[in-house]
Amino acid sequence: MASSPSPFNSNTSTLSFSSSISSSSLFPSRRTFILPIPRRRATSFTVQSKIREIFMPALSSTMTEGKIVSWIKSEGDTLSKGESVVVVESDKADMDVETFYDGILAAIVVPDGQTAPVGAPIALLAETEEEVAEAKAKAANSSQSQSSAPPPQPANPAPAIAQPSPPPPPPSSAAVSDGPKKIVATPQAKKLAKQHKVDLASLTGSGSFGRITPADVEAAAGIAPSKSSPAPAAPAALAPSSSAPPKAAAAGAVAPPPIPGSSVVAFTTMQSAVSKNMMESLSVPTFRVGYPVITDALDAFYEKVKPKGVTMTAILAKAAAMALVQHPVVNASCKDGKNFAYNSNINIAVAAALNGGLITPVLQDADKLDLYLLSQKWKELLNKARGKQLQPNEYNSGTFTLSNLGMFGVDRFDAILPPGQGAIMAVGASKPTVEADASGFFKVNVTADHRIIYGADLAAFLQTFSKIVENPDSLTL
Amino acid sequence: MQSTLSLSFSPSSSAAAVSRSPTTRFSLNTPTPLNLRFCGLRPQALAFTASGNRRSSQLPSRPRSQAVSAALSANGSPPKSFDYDLLIIGAGVGGHGAALHAVEKGLKTAIVEGDVVGGTCVNRGCVPSKALLAVAGRMRELQNDHHLKSLGLQVSAAGYDRQGVADHAINLASKIRNNLTNSMKALGVDILTGVGTILGPQKVQIGSSDKIVTAKDIIIATGSVPFVPKGIEVDGKTVITSDHALKLEFVPDWIAIVGSGYIGLEFSDVYTALGSEVTFVEALDQLMPGFDPEIGKLAQRVLINPRNIDYHTGVFASKITPARDGKPVTIELIDAKTKEPKDTLEVDAALIATGRAPFTQGLGLENIDVVTQRGFVPVDERMRVIDAKGKLVPNLYCIGDANGKMMLAHAASAQGISVVEQVTGRDHVLNHLSVPAACFTHPEISMVGLTEPQAREKGEKEGFEVSVAKTSFKANTKALAENEGEGLAKLIYRPDNGEILGVHIFGLHAADLIHEASNAIALGTRIQDIKLAVHAHPTLSEVLDELFKSAKVKAQASIPVSEPVPV
Repeated sequence: MASSPSPFNSNTSTLSFSSSISSSSLFPSRRTFILPIPRRRATSFTVQSKIREIFMPALSSTMTEGKIVSWIKSEGDTLSKGESVVVVESDKADMDVETFYDGILAAIVVPDGQTAPVGAPIALLAETEEEVAEAKAKAANSSQSQSSAPPPQPANPAPAIAQPSPPPPPPSSAAVSDGPKKIVATPQAKKLAKQHKVDLASLTGSGSFGRITPADVEAAAGIAPSKSSPAPAAPAALAPSSSAPPKAAAAGAVAPPPIPGSSVVAFTTMQSAVSKNMMESLSVPTFRVGYPVITDALDAFYEKVKPKGVTMTAILAKAAAMALVQHPVVNASCKDGKNFAYNSNINIAVAAALNGGLITPVLQDADKLDLYLLSQKWKELLNKARGKQLQPNEYNSGTFTLSNLGMFGVDRFDAILPPGQGAIMAVGASKPTVEADASGFFKVNVTADHRIIYGADLAAFLQTFSKIVENPDSLTL
Repeated sequence: MQSTLSLSFSPSSSAAAVSRSPTTRFSLNTPTPLNLRFCGLRPQALAFTASGNRRSSQLPSRPRSQAVSAALSANGSPPKSFDYDLLIIGAGVGGHGAALHAVEKGLKTAIVEGDVVGGTCVNRGCVPSKALLAVAGRMRELQNDHHLKSLGLQVSAAGYDRQGVADHAINLASKIRNNLTNSMKALGVDILTGVGTILGPQKVQIGSSDKIVTAKDIIIATGSVPFVPKGIEVDGKTVITSDHALKLEFVPDWIAIVGSGYIGLEFSDVYTALGSEVTFVEALDQLMPGFDPEIGKLAQRVLINPRNIDYHTGVFASKITPARDGKPVTIELIDAKTKEPKDTLEVDAALIATGRAPFTQGLGLENIDVVTQRGFVPVDERMRVIDAKGKLVPNLYCIGDANGKMMLAHAASAQGISVVEQVTGRDHVLNHLSVPAACFTHPEISMVGLTEPQAREKGEKEGFEVSVAKTSFKANTKALAENEGEGLAKLIYRPDNGEILGVHIFGLHAADLIHEASNAIALGTRIQDIKLAVHAHPTLSEVLDELFKSAKVKAQASIPVSEPVPV
């Protein structure tokens, strides 16, 4: 995991996973790994043999399941410690995941393109050749028991574009599969079968030479044929395939009827993560306190430091961090409603819009870094975020969030408190005012968790913040 | 800057030494500060250094051929006078490039072609495939509802007319072929029709006739043909090579492509865009061998995984039988290592894209005691042909696919130009590491120089540090405007002196973007200098700008401060 000076050094960022016997402390992303590892099985395996399970790692605090982008290694490959084995897509980034052990990749339990919950075994690692067969048997078992148990998709209505009403499962009409008949399915048909969990052996191919076509799989899965199937060769082509008639059949069965002309777009992983977080935020009792902050001095200060590469984001983050030092309760977090934790570091997460998504790169120890370093750090984070290269701790370690829409001319707004944090600050645009003694101010609105932060706390915090901003020279100290 | 010029005298061949001597004198008398860059070490080379400025290297080219003929008249053994200064066997892109440059240098030039002018590239390769890929690219755009919608466009069902697409490819090939023919005719290059056979030194027979021509120097540029491994029966209908596929006589529902190099990859792009499903058969353990591993990985995620493509790696197609008697094409797969039978595929068509084999039959190489190696004509780094005894054959060169050094059209042309430079008295060695390569998928892949593993190996061996810089197309305004942010540019370099070791690009218009890097390598430009060059905004070229700027080089810029120019 050596990193070179170049910020772009690694395209997909690298993370190590450990397999079953390692304690959770080996996981780089500390906080998250404690929960999901199914310990029971893990220990029983280590006792019996040297077959290790490779788990779906938690790449971020919000990640509950991960998608296998691709296996870099295939079954039977010999792995050595530190080698990248698999690329996992979390809700935020694509990561190369590497192994902590030497061994042979005996069996891949979760293949490319599929998702698995965090902590679920995704592959088995055998120490020697002899154990490969054993591991394979185990994999077969586990994948069976798994598919009847909760982890993977089947039971719950998780699959990507699941219909609300259970689709009639037609596979029951499976034609007599005559013994060891060779199954021939086209590449697209195989992909669809995997995606919709259709057993190809249960199908009778309607294509030429009895092969299973994408349409066969879609029919078996009870879904309307995807019209994305490319270019139906329009006129006289040799191929006899009668391209299916344009199908306007609506996808879902029940559901409120879609407004004519609308189109349904499935959430991206990032959108799902945002959606999930937003729903979670509803369980926290929040309240809001606003405060106008006079900006004359800030504007002058900004003009002065701007040529040195200092950004407004860095100034606000620094000011908030300095205020948090004096009001640690605002930097605290309450997880379960029974107790709360004072965070020793002040890590300012800053909301950034990104290609239609939303991500919160974190300026760690914002109270300790100087303004210039902070500005530089922010630029690096943004670059990494654009390249999907953020490491988990660079977007999930925030203790306080800053959201600034001032640059869009928004004069005030109200932010939603991200789960796991005590407060979030929403900053509006600086506006001239008619007051005699001040020519400009902006409005700050803080949303906080009222279980641990009370009105007076926020008011005091905001007062301190406003003092800092109104005397910005202290920021460079 | 000091430059080095190497002159090599081949003691083995008196003719070469004699014919070379006048031009050698030429160079020695003139303060010749040739700004040549050589790769590799040549112990036999006699090197000296010359200094001066670049301008004086522009030697008058006309007098040179006089000097040559003067020298030859003084030499007794070979024919007293020649029909031509330079005879090129094979009118492909390599031969064409050499011919044009020879005319520019004042040589009396002829080109021999036994088939059609233009060779593989123009008739059965790069050119018609670009026509098909242009269609594929547009089909892809028109089919990508999601992409179109995000641009605010609405297009209803896009379709295509197969014959129309095929005609586009055929028309393009014939247009380029005519352009090529006309350009040579206009310059006074004699086009001799017939198969060229070497009878002896400086002597070539044209066709089966008695026509024999002599030339002072001869370049073999006969190119290559698709390579078909044994066990595969090509019928030209359902089991085809790129030669047939480019005619696009039919679009199969399901086609297996044997080989996942440039050719296979490009055809997978065409076929999937036209609605076919594709199965790759690759003998190596991973798809796209030969590409930088990281680029290959990304390319697989974009070009293979989301498309209607599956693949078998680590397998050979041991037997392929065309469709007949109502049966589909069958492909028997065996494990590449154990040779155990693995699987049998039944598909509608199979495209054999396992590489290309040199076309050197009937060249008469036996007459000059040259033995091919796996069909390739052995040459040294100056493209001089080496005979069975390991000696250089005087006045005989081989360029392009026939020598197998780098099987790319533009590499052949560059080699041809290099040879012409040499025979006109200016030593030249082509730096193959500066020759770019491109794969015209959507998006494109391009590269120049070393891959990261190659560079790291070299660095380890020679004791220098290797660094890598990367930029994403996602950070490029123009790419985002096109909604084509998927892409990566990767720079492999020496942090100590800023030398560019390799550049690899995957993304929109990568094939056009690579030249800034390949030119920099060819000219020896260092990162610390090129990073100060200006790029128009917003353009895709800023991807490379970003890339150079993100490199961390210890050396300082070496270009002197220029005089201020009023604007």
